[in-house]
Amino acid sequence: MKKTYKIDVDCANCANLMEDAAKKTAGVKDCTVNFMMLKMIVEFDEGQDPKAVMPEVLKACKKVEPDCEIFL
Amino acid sequence: MIKNMNKKQKKMLIRILVSAVLVILLEIIPVQGWLRFALYMVPYLVIGYDILIKAGKGIRNRQIFDECFLMAVATVGAILIALVENTGDYTEAVAVMLFYQIGEWFQSYAVGKSRRNISELMDIRPDYANIEQDGKLVQVDPDEVEIGSVIVVQPGEKVPIDGIIVEGSSSLNTSALTGESIPRDAEKGDEITSGCINMTGVLKIETTKEFGDSTVSQILDLVENASSRKSKSEDFISKFAKIYTPAVCCSALALALVPPIVILLTKMGFDGSVLDMWLSWVYRALTFLVISCPCALVISIPLSFFAGIGGASNQGVLVKGSNYLETLSHARYVVFDKTGTLTRGVFEVNAVHHNEMDQKKLLEYAAYAESASSHPISKSIQQAYGKELDRSRVTDIKEISGHGVTAVVDGVQVAAGNDKLMKQLGIEPIHCHHVGTVIHMAVNGKYEGHIVISDAIKEHSKEAIAQLKKAGVKKTIMLTGDAKAVADVVAKELGIDEVYSELLPGDKVSKVEHILSNKGDNEKVAFVGDGINDAPVLSRADIGIAMGAMGSDAAIEAADVVLMDDDPLKISKAIKISRKCIRIVYQNIWLAIGVKLICLILGAIGFANMWMAIFADVGVMILAILNAIRALFVKNL
Repeated sequence: MKKTYKIDVDCANCANLMEDAAKKTAGVKDCTVNFMMLKMIVEFDEGQDPKAVMPEVLKACKKVEPDCEIFL
Repeated sequence: MIKNMNKKQKKMLIRILVSAVLVILLEIIPVQGWLRFALYMVPYLVIGYDILIKAGKGIRNRQIFDECFLMAVATVGAILIALVENTGDYTEAVAVMLFYQIGEWFQSYAVGKSRRNISELMDIRPDYANIEQDGKLVQVDPDEVEIGSVIVVQPGEKVPIDGIIVEGSSSLNTSALTGESIPRDAEKGDEITSGCINMTGVLKIETTKEFGDSTVSQILDLVENASSRKSKSEDFISKFAKIYTPAVCCSALALALVPPIVILLTKMGFDGSVLDMWLSWVYRALTFLVISCPCALVISIPLSFFAGIGGASNQGVLVKGSNYLETLSHARYVVFDKTGTLTRGVFEVNAVHHNEMDQKKLLEYAAYAESASSHPISKSIQQAYGKELDRSRVTDIKEISGHGVTAVVDGVQVAAGNDKLMKQLGIEPIHCHHVGTVIHMAVNGKYEGHIVISDAIKEHSKEAIAQLKKAGVKKTIMLTGDAKAVADVVAKELGIDEVYSELLPGDKVSKVEHILSNKGDNEKVAFVGDGINDAPVLSRADIGIAMGAMGSDAAIEAADVVLMDDDPLKISKAIKISRKCIRIVYQNIWLAIGVKLICLILGAIGFANMWMAIFADVGVMILAILNAIRALFVKNL
């Protein structure tokens, strides 16, 4: 299952870091951050609940880039 | 300019200005000692407090290659050196922080601006739909309009939802969808695509789709998501950035430790104080850290692609992803489908070769004889005749499958069909040297000539092929299910290099596979079709281009690049746009990596100071961003 979230982040490299962090989060199959559109497209593993996974993703992203935001 | 900024950017601008003024003032005021240090800390903290805080957070989260951390280390280090050496030169640290923030600010401003520019360029999203309620027009959210409702579009408004015109006629401006500036006429009964602008008359439209499924929503969705499919260059850059920053940091550490130790151990060419020598190496190391931020690279590449995709969509060329733009730029073989791509896919009477009878009379007989049929060929004859058919003049229509028709028109026996029909009737047809479908005509048992019907070549096809050649395409190839004679003539007329005719749909796939296996490594094969029955080939080729896709969901689905109108000239345009975009991407990669490497080398041997480093960093980023925005301007390619 794929879901798109709006994000806020200041620099392009930070967006890449967020992408990496999200990819490493449990329950996330794949993730693409589109810095130009400020969007994060997350593909979840089979049977995962986005509502449970996304706060973890946000936590991981905050760790690499304290200034970022994901609008859940 | 100010009004285009968001709150964050305005705040940042104020901080930049305040600290810049303070630094200049401090340069003039002669204060010494600790007071000088304290005073310089004011602009330093004004401009850099958030960086320092973020750096602190970064350490807590074990993110030491974070650029804030690097900036903090570099500037704090520079201040400490100034303190230890007691030079009082704090300007450098403040300036580095200041320029770093200016760079960040510019980046944020430029990205925000181009984001807006590009979305304006693609501004086809309708804000509302008009619905008639109790004799009054009410504006509603297009999302709420149900299928089958009647919406009203006034002159100057965008058509919000796909549908069929039930009342009114008008000219439509389709330029936002197709890049085509000539208006298109529409009247009652016509299908209408959302995203067009109604120019002259009031239209009432019965909607056939929901807003979310309408053309305009699909296009927006496609273009907005396009930059999420990353290209190889983007992948390369993000991988590079991952290695680059740690590598530079490690070198910085090495630079601060290894040379001084080596010098101390060997006592080679060393006569000053140990501290001074060591500090100068630490300073070089700090210069390294300033250069270590990969931002210029990382921002300019996606921005170039985003601008390229935006510019292309403005020209009616939808590219589904950065990766496709990249592949398209390497297209060296372009394979065409014939019907509907290079030709119009509509049959037209091309020639009437008459015997003794008048040409018009012959066409009239043909039109009447074929009047009962709805076959495309019959339709084209009726169209060529051009007048209303009076059915009562025809009797005894007999269709002989695979042969043609016979009928009695105005009491005269007329036969229209192929040579088999003529032979069956015992009439000797004259062979035609023209290519196309030939309808022989016999009137009253006597051969009166034939009508040649063929598919007309599109107006721009020939020029399109020539343009492709000019754009560096090695070979153009045409695949068609049509007869060899027809295909060869079309190919010759257009200047196509290779032609394969009488192919079944499956054969087209194997032909494309054959071409794919015989090409060079960096050469890509593009297939251009009308998207209706060539979906398998579109997906098999390196890059599938569907044309004339306005309103055709199937084509938008199957292809990688979608040309909104059916002008083949757009193919070369698309390739040129992609080339320009990729050229800019490479320029930026070389510019950014090149300048950084030079600065690193100069820094290591002590020629570059921190000033130069920060100028290189910010300057390269600004240049790269401005260069990236060039990708947007593709109108005159």
